[in-house]
Amino acid sequence: MATQVEDINPDIPSDVNYLNVTKGLKSWLTTHDHKRIGVMYLYSVMAAFLVGGMLALAIRLELLSPGQTVMSSETYNQVFTLHGIIMIFLFIIPSIPAALGNFIMPLVIGAKDVAFPKLNLASYYIWVVGAIFTIVAIITGGVDTGWTFYTPQSIRQSGSVIWMGLGIFILGFSSIFTGLNFLVTMHKLRDPKIGWFDMPLFCWAIYGTALIQILATPVLAITVLLLAAEKIFQVGIFNPALGGDPVLFQHFFWFYSHPAVYIMILPGMGVISETITAFSHKPIFGYRFVAFSSIAIAVLGFLVWGHHMFLSAESEFSTMIFSFLTFFVAIPSAIKIFNWTATLYKGSIALTTGMLYTLAFLFLFSIGGLTGIFLGALSVDVHLHDTYFVVAHFHYVMMGGTVMAFLAGIYYWWPKITGRMYPENISRFACLLVFIGFNVTFLTQFVVGSKGMPRRYYDYLEQFAPLNQFSTFGSWILGAGILIATVSLLWSLKNGQKATANPWGAAGLEWKTGSPPPLENFHELPEIKHGPYDYDYLYGGQKPTRH
Amino acid sequence: MSDYQHHVGHHFEHFEQELASNKLGFWLFLATEILMFGGLFVAYAVFSNTHAEMWEMASGHLDRIMGGTNTVVLIVSSLTMALAVRSAQTNNRQATGLFLIATFALAAVFMVIKYFEYSAKFEHGLLPGEWYTPHGADTPAQGNIFFGLYFMTTGLHGVHVLIGMIVIAWLWVKNAKGQFSSAWYTPVEIVGLYWHLVDLVWIFLFPLYYLV
Repeated sequence: MATQVEDINPDIPSDVNYLNVTKGLKSWLTTHDHKRIGVMYLYSVMAAFLVGGMLALAIRLELLSPGQTVMSSETYNQVFTLHGIIMIFLFIIPSIPAALGNFIMPLVIGAKDVAFPKLNLASYYIWVVGAIFTIVAIITGGVDTGWTFYTPQSIRQSGSVIWMGLGIFILGFSSIFTGLNFLVTMHKLRDPKIGWFDMPLFCWAIYGTALIQILATPVLAITVLLLAAEKIFQVGIFNPALGGDPVLFQHFFWFYSHPAVYIMILPGMGVISETITAFSHKPIFGYRFVAFSSIAIAVLGFLVWGHHMFLSAESEFSTMIFSFLTFFVAIPSAIKIFNWTATLYKGSIALTTGMLYTLAFLFLFSIGGLTGIFLGALSVDVHLHDTYFVVAHFHYVMMGGTVMAFLAGIYYWWPKITGRMYPENISRFACLLVFIGFNVTFLTQFVVGSKGMPRRYYDYLEQFAPLNQFSTFGSWILGAGILIATVSLLWSLKNGQKATANPWGAAGLEWKTGSPPPLENFHELPEIKHGPYDYDYLYGGQKPTRH
Repeated sequence: MSDYQHHVGHHFEHFEQELASNKLGFWLFLATEILMFGGLFVAYAVFSNTHAEMWEMASGHLDRIMGGTNTVVLIVSSLTMALAVRSAQTNNRQATGLFLIATFALAAVFMVIKYFEYSAKFEHGLLPGEWYTPHGADTPAQGNIFFGLYFMTTGLHGVHVLIGMIVIAWLWVKNAKGQFSSAWYTPVEIVGLYWHLVDLVWIFLFPLYYLV
């Protein structure tokens, strides 16, 4: 680090900040500040994550041995359904966009808030109402359809499917409003000095996500509305007993839910672009490629829903097309992986907890992505369809991808959000446990799946017992890691060292304000001399570059 | 003119930025509406193909005269809504109020006609599911699906008309208080956009269900 061109970690006072500018519970519950709403989302989705996680531990405990271990088969069906619904709709979809996106995105484009602050608060409360509906569904008898609600099983179910469906309908609005708000914010509230290609890649990822949220979620809305109408009014379009077509439900459902997996992973990719540059002190390799690959993923994601129905009486011709398109969507993801890896090359890498989770992401997401190609291949999918291979694949993408990125983002922005440093060594240790526990749990499931163990089953053959036990032990290590991480983060809220404005020496605009930032983000918007990844300028004394 | 003054939100630099944000936000919302109805149109396409004969037969039981009248009613209401926006733009508070009342009244006429249409279907047992008990000539065996989808689609559209009536009434109150002027009439314009979309959905719905 030869010549430092400016004070990288200036002393910016943050005595009066968004956390202490007003006090009391009411000031939080009625806030319009995007940062406070982001924080409320952060705690809420983390709570949902912990509940969903405990359900996951319960599932693994039941699968410790064949036959009944701790719960009845009816309970088991409800537990895995609830695990899926909570993790997908209450946790992972709002996780990065609504929590970190809300906090960071307006900050890094020099805006004082999102475009519609009241709508932003409303979307949080809509999320809460949706969560209440899911609880009502549990009280009124529970749901055992899996998170996919396939017909005709979901039509034959008790009335609580309606509650759950309405809950998801409501949660969908929360997601739509967040996406709409962010899109307008990036278009209209971006500081004139920050061009599209001066935005951090996190914003590009949020942009792609918002597009999907706006265009795909309404289809889920009409799908669950039709499902409810099917149960109440017997509309008949999904019910074979009335002449309807149950596979049509699968098409409707996946037309939303496949793009939705990109709602889940794209923001994670955005976080990784931030953390990998900050912790290797290097400009991102191929900014425009990473930016446009986010948009490409958002667009291509709409064209692959049919690969969930290779075995649902889809014509050979359409399976061929969907298989081809599925391979196609791997390209922009691979571009990102290669560019991140190239960014590491000759970097000055700081192995903070955020960076460790980033590296875990690269490793696990690559496995998740590559096994997706197995499943996209027609002949192989016939064997692997609906086995534990699929379970392992999407956990590698969703947990190994999104959750690792979410944790990387939490550790990276923790000083900014809370004004405190987290305990580094304990956090690194927790990361190690999470990484080991995750692989022990899910790598095993690739094996047991390829040997033919079907997903969602309560019981299994004796020969699968050792692998299942191994997987359950892994889930305990994983659970311990998450527990230690949670406790240490909460501990740091009160006891952590006070954070400076820019503890990582990062180049992004969010580090040029106090930790935590003042109410309207900046006392005065600093002069923008360089891009968000201009580490060559900051540390190498080269001329500032624009993309 | 009244002394009411609109305040630009604290996070906006100027009024134009706020206006542009509101408009873009609302266009995006309209996109979600189109996609939601899109799902129902897809279901229509699927079943009108797989059950072509039943579809044609069942479609014959819809009342083209009532449907046609309603189409005209909605198109005229779109005109009055557009005129309300125009009047708000040109500071003509009285005309804005009158055009809003006219739009509201036309929407009400639409709902009344819809009520008579629905009751006729109820009478003839042209209903979804197990309530499908048709009597009379030319009623197809699986007509329950047609009427299931018909009630679902027109019902969802009807809910949108009702919501439209509520916000138009709200606009009328605000207008009576003199809150709109050529300097600020964003809500009128946005509700106008919404009303045109409700109209547009019906323009597709009518020929598909009544005429095809």
